[in-house]
Amino acid sequence: MSAGAKKRIMKEYTECMNDPPTGMKINFNEQNMTKWEVLVDGPEQSIYAGGHFKLEINFPNEYPFKPPVVSFKTKIYHPNVSNDDKGSMCLGLLRADEWKPPNKVVAVLRLIQTLLIEPNQDDAIEPSIANEYKENRKEFEKNAKDWVKRYAK
Amino acid sequence: MDSEDDFNSSQMSEDDFAQDSDVEIDEGKDAESARSSSCDASDTWTVDSDFDDDVGFESQDKDIKPNKHAYEVDFNVFEPSQIQASQHKQIAEVSSILVQPPEATAILLRHMRWNKERLIDQYMEKPEETLESAGLGQDAATNPPKITKIQGFCCDICCEDGPELDTFAMRCGHRFCVDCYRQYLYTKIKDEGEAARIRCPGDKCNRVVDSKSLDLLVGDDLHDRYQELLTRTYVDDKEKLRWCPAPNCVYAVECAVKDRELPRVVPTVHCDCGHYFCFGCSLNDHQPAPCSLVKRWLKKCEDDSETANWISANTKECPKCHSTIEKNGGCNHMTCRKCRNEFCWMCMGLWSEHGTSWYNCNRFEEKSGSEARDAQAKSRQSLERYLHYYNRYANHEQSAKLDKDIYLKTEKKMQQLQSSTGMSWIEVQYLDTASHALQQCRQTLKWTYAFAYYLARNNLTEIFEDNQKDLEMAVENLSEMFEKPIDQLQGLKVDMMDKTAYCNKRRIILLNDTAENLKQGNWEFNVALS
Repeated sequence: MSAGAKKRIMKEYTECMNDPPTGMKINFNEQNMTKWEVLVDGPEQSIYAGGHFKLEINFPNEYPFKPPVVSFKTKIYHPNVSNDDKGSMCLGLLRADEWKPPNKVVAVLRLIQTLLIEPNQDDAIEPSIANEYKENRKEFEKNAKDWVKRYAK
Repeated sequence: MDSEDDFNSSQMSEDDFAQDSDVEIDEGKDAESARSSSCDASDTWTVDSDFDDDVGFESQDKDIKPNKHAYEVDFNVFEPSQIQASQHKQIAEVSSILVQPPEATAILLRHMRWNKERLIDQYMEKPEETLESAGLGQDAATNPPKITKIQGFCCDICCEDGPELDTFAMRCGHRFCVDCYRQYLYTKIKDEGEAARIRCPGDKCNRVVDSKSLDLLVGDDLHDRYQELLTRTYVDDKEKLRWCPAPNCVYAVECAVKDRELPRVVPTVHCDCGHYFCFGCSLNDHQPAPCSLVKRWLKKCEDDSETANWISANTKECPKCHSTIEKNGGCNHMTCRKCRNEFCWMCMGLWSEHGTSWYNCNRFEEKSGSEARDAQAKSRQSLERYLHYYNRYANHEQSAKLDKDIYLKTEKKMQQLQSSTGMSWIEVQYLDTASHALQQCRQTLKWTYAFAYYLARNNLTEIFEDNQKDLEMAVENLSEMFEKPIDQLQGLKVDMMDKTAYCNKRRIILLNDTAENLKQGNWEFNVALS
């Protein structure tokens, strides 16, 4: 990774520390600054309230020319998070063709927060969950809360 | 150029290329030499290879071409420099009509997928909107792009600042340091293979990076790749152009056959690299079967053939409910799990007629048994029919591979012949010609079986089957000769050449017949040609 990229990640980290997004805690390790661990509290107004989710943000070597890679380490019942051991996300800013180099991680974190409050049903990675979200909101909420209890306490 | 009149439009585009090659004489020469070296000796019998060599230079050749066969289509082969030249020509032309600089015109054309008429119409009606949607914003004409140093600037990507920092921005004003801009373009072009629609790196900005800005920022290595990608999108966007799918082939083929004509014609084209492929679907030559049947057949084979073979070999159907049953051991007293029908596995008759003491069925003549067998035979017929065609199809595919193996040995034989008998290189070429003919005929035969599978029975079918039989016999006869030992080969030269010529002739007859009837819609298929 180039010196420029490192400098940029450092700067982004400082910015995040000065004005941290609500309900998020970033674990930063100077030895390995390309991997951030983020602890996210389920937003109060969302069905994920009360849950604590561990996220991993990996910066590719080409950062910031390629987007960071986000994965949920805590299982979550959500149309935009893959329901496997990767917990990957791939929408909006996180797609290579949408990402622009001036975009910041903080924008990614905000995007995640918005998605926790309101999932994006049109760009789902889990079609069956998205369908349930669309057709049978009650069932979806029940499952999501169930998973929060089971995995995210 | 995209007018409905196919003949005119193809003539026009040829003239385009003809003129282009006049302008760039060097490239034209290169094209010539590249062609003659790739022209392989074994095709001497195909008429089309004669005029391929002059394609794009003397278009009237095509008109005086002697008796084109019904199964052949007109096509031209172009090399990358010619395709590039043709783009430049169109850009220059539209540029003068729209009164926009060539860079902007190029972006507009690419944005409109090279539909000139639509671009001109749309631009004349709503110039502002057209420019905006192509990512050009207003007045692209003034102020050429340049690299500048700006006081107090801080790059939003790498966070570098300082008065000595070189910066760049397009008309949209999203300014970044030159290194970051360059790195951005590098990532887009090298890693993501984008070219025609790279957007400004600025957040949410849709302005497209034009080639002049690109020239300013990137080095030659990236520039070449960029041009290559642009040419690639050009060919992809043009309905009449298609890349040759052969590995490492750089040529593109132009053919006027449109998608909607595909049920009536099988447009096999022959690239200068030697590869024969279908212009409609890019698969290997599949004459005489039309693209939609080929697609259907391949899917069926993928899904069915192994399963069908197994079912045919290992199962029977319940005489009552026709469920497929595999006998996995035990006695011949079968009870269908689905309909509870009890029958005998051997004769398929009702078990009740067997009495209690029969555990070896020898009641072949019984009526209920024979009826059940008849019914079974009928329902198995469609399966057997499919397997009949599939096995022959697969056989020719396999044989073509074997023929190829033999040919590789033949190449050695040719060398041996040369040294042992003192024949010259040219005198042993008949083996090469024969092998090539064999490959091509097997390819055709293979597809006749897929074709026949979907063919409904009528008088035409019988003529077709006769043609198929004749070609098959000719091919087998020729194929057999390849297995002869080396010392006999010399004496068989005349015979072999005769048989080769006969194979080729039978193939042409078959293909002409199928193509002619396809064009006139005479074939009846048992599925819809879509």
